[in-house]
Amino acid sequence: MPRMRPFPLSNDKEAPLGSLQSPSIFVVSAVAAIVFGAAAPAAAEEDKPSLTVYTYESFVADYGPGPQIKAGFEKICGCTVKWVGLEDGVAILNRLKLEGASTSADVVVGLDTNLIAEAKATGLFAPHGADTSAVDVPGGFSDPVFIPYDYGWFAVVYDSQAIGAPPQSLEELVSGNPEEKIAIEDPRSSTPGLGLLLWMKKVYGDSAEAKWRELSKRILTVTPGWSEAYGLLTSGEVPMVLSYTTSPAYHVIEEESDRYRAAAFDEGHYIQIEVAGRIASSDHPDLARDFLAYLISPAAQDVLPTTNWMLPAAATASPLPDAFKELVTPDKTLSFDPQTVADSRRAWTQEWLQALGR
Amino acid sequence: MAAGARPLRLSARQMTGSTDRRWRVAAGLAAVAALAVFLGGAGFALLAQADRTPNLFALASDRYLRGVVLFTLEQAALSTLLAVIGALPLAVALHRARFPGRGLVLRLFLLPQALPVLVGALAIIAVWGRNGVVSDLVATLGFGRLNVYGLSGILIAHTFFNLPLAARLMVAALDGVPAESWKLAGQLSLTPLTTFRLLEWPAIRTALPGATSLIFMLCVTSFTLVLTLGGGPGATTLEVAIYQALRYDFDPGLAVFLALIQIGLTALALAVTLRLGETTPGGFTLGRRARRYDPAQGFVRVLDLAVLAVGIAFVLSPFIATIVAGLRSDLVALLADPNVQRAAMTSGVVALAAATLALLLATPLLLARQALARSASSRRHAAWRGLFELSGSLVLVVPPIVIGAGWFLLLRRVTDVFAAAPFVVIATNAVMAMPFIVRILAPALATSAERHDRLAESLGLFGLARLRHVEWPALKAPLALSFAFALALSLGDLGAMALFGSQDFVTLPYLLLQRMGSYRTADAAGLALLLGALCLALMAFAERGFRPEEGR
Repeated sequence: MPRMRPFPLSNDKEAPLGSLQSPSIFVVSAVAAIVFGAAAPAAAEEDKPSLTVYTYESFVADYGPGPQIKAGFEKICGCTVKWVGLEDGVAILNRLKLEGASTSADVVVGLDTNLIAEAKATGLFAPHGADTSAVDVPGGFSDPVFIPYDYGWFAVVYDSQAIGAPPQSLEELVSGNPEEKIAIEDPRSSTPGLGLLLWMKKVYGDSAEAKWRELSKRILTVTPGWSEAYGLLTSGEVPMVLSYTTSPAYHVIEEESDRYRAAAFDEGHYIQIEVAGRIASSDHPDLARDFLAYLISPAAQDVLPTTNWMLPAAATASPLPDAFKELVTPDKTLSFDPQTVADSRRAWTQEWLQALGR
Repeated sequence: MAAGARPLRLSARQMTGSTDRRWRVAAGLAAVAALAVFLGGAGFALLAQADRTPNLFALASDRYLRGVVLFTLEQAALSTLLAVIGALPLAVALHRARFPGRGLVLRLFLLPQALPVLVGALAIIAVWGRNGVVSDLVATLGFGRLNVYGLSGILIAHTFFNLPLAARLMVAALDGVPAESWKLAGQLSLTPLTTFRLLEWPAIRTALPGATSLIFMLCVTSFTLVLTLGGGPGATTLEVAIYQALRYDFDPGLAVFLALIQIGLTALALAVTLRLGETTPGGFTLGRRARRYDPAQGFVRVLDLAVLAVGIAFVLSPFIATIVAGLRSDLVALLADPNVQRAAMTSGVVALAAATLALLLATPLLLARQALARSASSRRHAAWRGLFELSGSLVLVVPPIVIGAGWFLLLRRVTDVFAAAPFVVIATNAVMAMPFIVRILAPALATSAERHDRLAESLGLFGLARLRHVEWPALKAPLALSFAFALALSLGDLGAMALFGSQDFVTLPYLLLQRMGSYRTADAAGLALLLGALCLALMAFAERGFRPEEGR
């Protein structure tokens, strides 16, 4: 999960407001833009097939892994990669359910192991057909349909300038000073949000709802995706955010700052293994398969740690930067099996809503 | 009537008054039918989906959903209270105080209504957020920083948008007090308190029911503010819950259930509005001020100026924040960004199409109503006239997000929802603008009818010729105003867009929401400034056009 950098803007076109001065030209060109807008990029690269990849927003941002992965894959595939960045991981699944078989996606990057049972139940996915022998993730995840491309542990990341004594456990987070707020993500749209929901459930079981009610006093806001929540931390609106143990590496490497740190929790940390899969109805099944294989190749795995700020799921060509050695490594990894999550997600989300609602 | 003096060549010599009327009514009915298909289609889709909702009882007993309904009502009631109570001293001070910029202040109080809600939300965070100006001030005074998320933020934002509206309505009511009364109050040297009790309060009281119910209605249907400032399940309104049921849970049954509750609530609020307040005027006029003769009292004058200063600072600060933050961003680079250009294009086309459609629907409705009013057997046609009148305001009961939800579910069965998105958004925006357009056009049309009907009849002026020589000159200016208003409304809309927006269909507010989401704060600020400036310019143009000729 990446962090934002200044956004470089291309300078090749005239300002749109200038064209407002000649209304008729504006209208005609605008209508043309809408009608032919979708066709335009395809026309430019007519001869090449286009591979549409659904993913979450921070993956495709120019500071994220998207641009490098795209460039790397396009070099070998003779195709064009078209990213569609949605709010967050769960939103990808929602979108797929909504579109059903008519979806224009060929590949989906950014679901996690908590969602795969539900994703398979849509019947939209086909076996990945790639060689996964290089994959090595905690718990040894292996699946015929979904391919893991990176992983990380959820963690509360805090601003050390705003919080003197960070929570040492989930329990301390729940019962801590309500004046020290945390921003969390919505489990209905975001995989980190779902991750915290499952983390709480794993640790507290049936008393999770009561614990959520207690924690709710510390929650500043619930955002639809990871990037909003993390933005609240870095802009100083909130001193704690639900993110990953790997997040501080970004600040160390890119900003040479150890201001933002992950808190190690006694109860252990819930793991997220991010996965990709291909859509059965795709017009380019071979390209989709190649893309998935590329995602776990050393070339792509080298890109992910320092752009998506997660740990590589397969062998990298070069060793990880030193900053990764100093990260919190949980003593205990927590997880549910995908089927349990699929069976209970709705009920647990309902419980969460009731605890945080009024 | 400009053409009245010279002989007219009539294009349709055979046309008589009744054929003319029939044509007009037919056109009106066509517009009603189009509306009925659009709104009815949404309703049908929702109800068809409702059949498949097995357990309404379980939904009704859901603690979270009960909380949502309660919160919707609670935040609306509190927002209304804050806006109205805050507006009271402001309106009194504004009417009493003698200072040169009064017209300017009244015009400032128009602005929040023209500002796209999302831009307003961003500005509220900048002013009232944890790192905002007010928070800094409070922190230096030794208190804790403010929390703008949740109920407090929603209330601040609603007050920002509605307090000026309430104040304007109250000032308009005070302007209605006859000049003689003020003169008498001066001659009797009434104290400010007595003046308030005898003159000001009775005048303001007449405006209260209308203002209160209107603001309550606006707050009950609030979407964008709650989406951006809500802060989670504890501060969710029905509109946001409908959106989430579709976009997060993909649970059409739940969306239908919530939509029905929402329609019920708004219908109730609208019924109260219609019953309590005759159509609320004061939206556009700046009002004429009667001379007052209050005894000069230093204390009252200081109090007035203090109240005014606080009120103006409250309303003005978000605008200043928008400008300051916007100018800090790289506007040139932003304008050169192809994504921004495409969103601007899309917004432009959607807004132009929506505004055109809105006029095409509203004008025949009103012409038909007027034609029926003019017929001899007007009593017989009362029901028809009511139909035309009501259709224009129907959308107030069925909020855009509900219309959007209905079409979303319906289109899903036949086609790719996101491919049909632009059309639904255009139609929804057009229908959203109709109540306002009706309010602008109807009085102009009525005045013109009163002045020219008999003459036109006696000249045998019917059909297109009548349209050209009678209605067109009278409606030209209000039509331009309506068009500008509808443009601004559609440019700033996020309600329908939130549901239908996608990678391939991005308008400026949607892009703004995306940039806010990915915390490109500078980009968001720049976009907010562009969008806000565009809408305010359109509204300024509209307001200028509407000022009576003798106005300043």
